[in-house]
Amino acid sequence: MLLEQSLNSLQFGLMLFLLAAGLTLVFGIMDMINLAHGSLYMVGAYLMATFAEATGSFWIALPLALVATALVGAALEVSLLRKLYERDHLTQVLATFAVILIANEMVRIIWGNQSLMLNPPSGLTGPVQLPGGVQYASYRLAIIAVGVFVALLLYFLVTKTKVGMLVRAGASNREMAVAMGVNIRRLFTVVFALGAALCALAGAMLGPILAVQVGMGENILILAFVVIVIGGIGSIRGAFVGALLVGLVDTMGRALLPIAFAKMFSPQAASNLGPSISSILIYVLMAAVLFLRPQGLFPARG
Amino acid sequence: MKTKSAVLAAAALFACNVQAANELKIGYLSTLSGPAGAIGVEIRDGFNLALKMAGGKLGGLPTEVVFADDTLNPETGKQLAERLIKRDRVNLMTGVVFSNVMLAAWPTIQAGNVFYIAPNSTPTRISGEGCNPRFVSASWPNEGYHEAAGHYAKSKGYKNAYLIAPNYPAGKDATSGFKRGFGGTISAEVYTKLNQLDYSAELAQIRAAKPAALYAFLPGGMGINFIKQFVAAGLSFEVPLVVPGFVSDQDIVRAVGEPMLGIFDTAHWSYDLDNDANRKFVAAFEKEYNRIPSVFAEQGYTTALLIDTAVRAVKGKIEDEKGFHKALMAAPARFKSPRGDWKFAHNGTPVQDYYLRVLAKDNQGRIVNKKIGTVMNDHVDFWAKECKMK
Repeated sequence: MLLEQSLNSLQFGLMLFLLAAGLTLVFGIMDMINLAHGSLYMVGAYLMATFAEATGSFWIALPLALVATALVGAALEVSLLRKLYERDHLTQVLATFAVILIANEMVRIIWGNQSLMLNPPSGLTGPVQLPGGVQYASYRLAIIAVGVFVALLLYFLVTKTKVGMLVRAGASNREMAVAMGVNIRRLFTVVFALGAALCALAGAMLGPILAVQVGMGENILILAFVVIVIGGIGSIRGAFVGALLVGLVDTMGRALLPIAFAKMFSPQAASNLGPSISSILIYVLMAAVLFLRPQGLFPARG
Repeated sequence: MKTKSAVLAAAALFACNVQAANELKIGYLSTLSGPAGAIGVEIRDGFNLALKMAGGKLGGLPTEVVFADDTLNPETGKQLAERLIKRDRVNLMTGVVFSNVMLAAWPTIQAGNVFYIAPNSTPTRISGEGCNPRFVSASWPNEGYHEAAGHYAKSKGYKNAYLIAPNYPAGKDATSGFKRGFGGTISAEVYTKLNQLDYSAELAQIRAAKPAALYAFLPGGMGINFIKQFVAAGLSFEVPLVVPGFVSDQDIVRAVGEPMLGIFDTAHWSYDLDNDANRKFVAAFEKEYNRIPSVFAEQGYTTALLIDTAVRAVKGKIEDEKGFHKALMAAPARFKSPRGDWKFAHNGTPVQDYYLRVLAKDNQGRIVNKKIGTVMNDHVDFWAKECKMK
């Protein structure tokens, strides 16, 4: 069971990472609080469900949804967010909160109130036998594989390529990067579109496990913010470690606490306590990190 | 210009007042969005079908239905109930899907002095000690399905059972009902967050506990995800799954498909029940909506027929509390419901049969619930004895 739960927490952590990576880049490089990040996740999942329905194939729909969401993200950046960079954080929060409300209503108008169901690709509906005789859902393993692959890709992109260099330069000192002649506007659009594509990937991969519905972005957005605060704003590595930590605490809390409480309390009280304590644990973790390392675990700015 | 519009407004107002005496205005509070919204839609479609077949008139009165979506938020449900009663001035209410919304909205409905006909949720707290002449249920007492499922699990000789249900009033009614019917050892009782969608942590625990049977009451989107993930985790080969009909009817079959075949459940109605009213209902529903009806659709349909019969019996005088209550209680004998013969217990909950069903393919290759036996005959709500009402 421990192995199974570890895989569960890894799977959840990696999906959180996809969201947090985009968020941390936008926040770190552009100094922009983007609450609408969760809406891009929702839009990505809806586009995925639509394309999967239209093409009949999960794997064809996936790149389509990624590209489409990246375009939506780029359009959002060019049309609205660009004007907000110079404003203070409160204005950004208010404006992007408005984007959440608009996005939710738009999705309601286009796709309706009912949540959409997305099925995993046909080869991945059953369990697989892991070494050690443990059965595990093959689709969740696929999620883990995709998550690890994207994490490696991002690592390569950020540390080994020119774009990555610009991103790191922007994150650690924006003014200096501009002074050195970096085309910051284009960089911002590219980063934002990349963040949107990562959102769409998370939305598309989680769609078959959760449900594609209005408001799905808000719940997970809060966790993504916790992740980047723990990891250090602007740091991909921090987002990765933070996401795995949050995934671990959340899943283990949900799995182990009710068992521990069941010995002490009635089943109902134990089931009430378990999830609430485990969600508290995430914030305790965040508070502890903030107390010991106010810049997060891997601060991008020296 | 101003005078003209004022005159028009006054005329409109007057027209409303005149109509109110011979028009039925129904406040329909339901959960129509989110992962659990499909249940609300099923009930509503069943209700609308009966209304349409009656030519838009229930009890012979032109009927207007005001819909409101509580989004499975009890606080919203309470506010909408208030709005339906105070602003829209509805004559009676129906529609609520979830028990937490029902319990939140019920004091408001009571204070508004309107009748409420339950097409679904009938919480023990309202049907038992808290019974009220203005509350009648056209569906089932909350524990009915689960008690039947408990009886079935007992008849299969399972040594123990593992229970999983959402943490809300109907979830607790579910485990309480199952335990009464089953009477055996409960290996664990797990309550998940209402509308939880990822069950990976719970499934790992179930695998570790190795129960003889698993009883899962997870309606709507929760059930869709639970059963998909249960199958994906390979647990369907390890643990027999027993469910109430809410977790295995068409709303879930449409989403999950083949892996549902062979699952046993209990319900008060089945697609293939052998009576004329049912054949008429099923044919009309399939023609109207191009899909197979579920238990929820039957409940909505029967609710509309019940209102129709009772309103007709009192000739529209539903303000007369005693008279209308009496008409409602007598109504089941006066119309044919797709579920067959039923009557009311004194607490306003149905006394009816509960069937054992299995998911199998019909002759067109569609996956449907087939009745294979009767688990409880003329079952009376266990909590009716707590009701002091006569």
